[in-house]
Amino acid sequence: MLHTLSIGELARRLAAKEISSVELARHFLERIERLNPSLNAVITLTADQALEAARAADRRLAAGERGRLLGIPLIHKDIFCTDGVRTSCGSRMLENFISPYDATIVTRLKAAGTVMLGKSNMDEFAMGSSNETSYYGPVRNPWDTTKVPGGSSGGSSAASAARLAPFTTGTDTGGSIRQPAALTGVTGVKPTYGRVSRYGMIAFASSLDQAGVLARSAEDAAAVLEVMAGFDPKDSTSIDTPVPDYPALLDAPLKGLKIGLLREFFDGLERRNAALIRDALEVYTSMGAETLEVSLPHLPLSVPTYYVVAPAECSSNLSRFDGVRFGYRCDQPKDLMDLYERSRGEGFGPEVKRRIMTGTYVLSAGYFDAYYLKAQKVRRLITDDFRKAFEKVDLVVGPTTPTPAFAIGAKVDDPVTMYLNDIYTIGANLAGLPGISAPCGFVDGLPVGLQLIGPHFSEARLLSAAHHYQRATDWHRKTPGGYQ
Amino acid sequence: MSLTRQDVEKIARLARLSITEAEMPVYVTSLSSIVDFVDELSRVETDNVEPLAHPLEGQRLRLRADVVTETDHRESYQANAPQVQAGLYVVPRVIE
Repeated sequence: MLHTLSIGELARRLAAKEISSVELARHFLERIERLNPSLNAVITLTADQALEAARAADRRLAAGERGRLLGIPLIHKDIFCTDGVRTSCGSRMLENFISPYDATIVTRLKAAGTVMLGKSNMDEFAMGSSNETSYYGPVRNPWDTTKVPGGSSGGSSAASAARLAPFTTGTDTGGSIRQPAALTGVTGVKPTYGRVSRYGMIAFASSLDQAGVLARSAEDAAAVLEVMAGFDPKDSTSIDTPVPDYPALLDAPLKGLKIGLLREFFDGLERRNAALIRDALEVYTSMGAETLEVSLPHLPLSVPTYYVVAPAECSSNLSRFDGVRFGYRCDQPKDLMDLYERSRGEGFGPEVKRRIMTGTYVLSAGYFDAYYLKAQKVRRLITDDFRKAFEKVDLVVGPTTPTPAFAIGAKVDDPVTMYLNDIYTIGANLAGLPGISAPCGFVDGLPVGLQLIGPHFSEARLLSAAHHYQRATDWHRKTPGGYQ
Repeated sequence: MSLTRQDVEKIARLARLSITEAEMPVYVTSLSSIVDFVDELSRVETDNVEPLAHPLEGQRLRLRADVVTETDHRESYQANAPQVQAGLYVVPRVIE
């Protein structure tokens, strides 16, 4: 049962020649072929390239090379450009786009010897919280296939939860790694803004976007993040600061850690969800952490702030899709304006068009100050709240989402209700902070996520805190029925 | 409705998006509800607050040496273009 093993255990067996990377790739490719039809999590399968990469990894292993990810399979979110492989971003616009280059994280993970099995489904251009905006159809939650897997990295979260790969990659602009991780019972890490390169990651909102990982434990995620993170001259906002050895720091002592309980995160939270978060805090106290309540008074404003800033940046970023250089072009355009308007009108789905129009409106003459500049000012107030909280505590915790996974179709007609699903995750993006969601229990058979947020560049501490919790609990080991 | 049909038509034109007749009422309603929702920000006191454009303020944009780093990728880039001819991107006639 190779799919039940941790990345560390797989690497050990590969090094000891108990298994080969080709065997491992075949095992997961077989699982994808058998199980993916029930989930729609993987939209492009790259079996031939995977076996070729696995053979290359086996040669490196045979030559005596060792590495934490050497020979380990993965699935990339289809937002990352992959050389020679379709990169659709969940959109009709890029249905036939074969990327001519690799994203930096793809390059880094390739160099480490990972084996790409395929690309995962996602909300179109990462705009969504349920994976229902994908042109390629909704993804289903392996815990209950009538429920959403979260979004926008919903294909990645469902694939990780169903053990279709040892880990998957994702991106998080307003919660798109942490929220789907919570809804499918996996561990999702959104690093500090600038920690991981955005080069080759199709842009949504450039002051918020950050790449990360969805895995089955903090320990596995630490091994992956150590490879993904690091300075990249090709990304102008990449930060040139050394990457700590996250796996080596997992066992850092927890005693004396000051954890802030976010008061605002419990307003309106369902009673059973709240109880699970309080249980998790008791686990931390029993391990020697100190907990105190902290307040982020401006946090309730994070959703309206985000829905000005993110659409504004998206309307600018998505202007590159013009039907001329790449992507979808309408039939028989009568003039250049018609070519632009119909290529974009037909190539983008309803939610993407809604966000482009929201962004166009808030940036238009006469409204810029009232909306965009105002939102940037409130963004500072929210960021200052976090800064003040981190003067008192090392990290803050709360739930990742207000509810467990909801039914497919339940919120599609009401964008504002859908947006409010990200109320607990958006703050970290506005402030550029790293965050983790780790499984902490179940409500009605559906997983619930515990969220930890820390100061800039505190990934090592967050991973360690989640790792200590996962040594004391076994929520992260639970596997959905039918996918064991 | 905080936005009229005319407002949405104007926004769609600025954004270069064709919106069908059938879609239009849905956008008028949903964009209005979004605008009403974000209007909550207007009630926040922000006098003397500087706008924050970048989450890691103080980071300076780097300068790089002025040397050629890009090689010619025209063929591989144009392989993704909807229509090319003799190495050029083709669009409908612009100048009559």
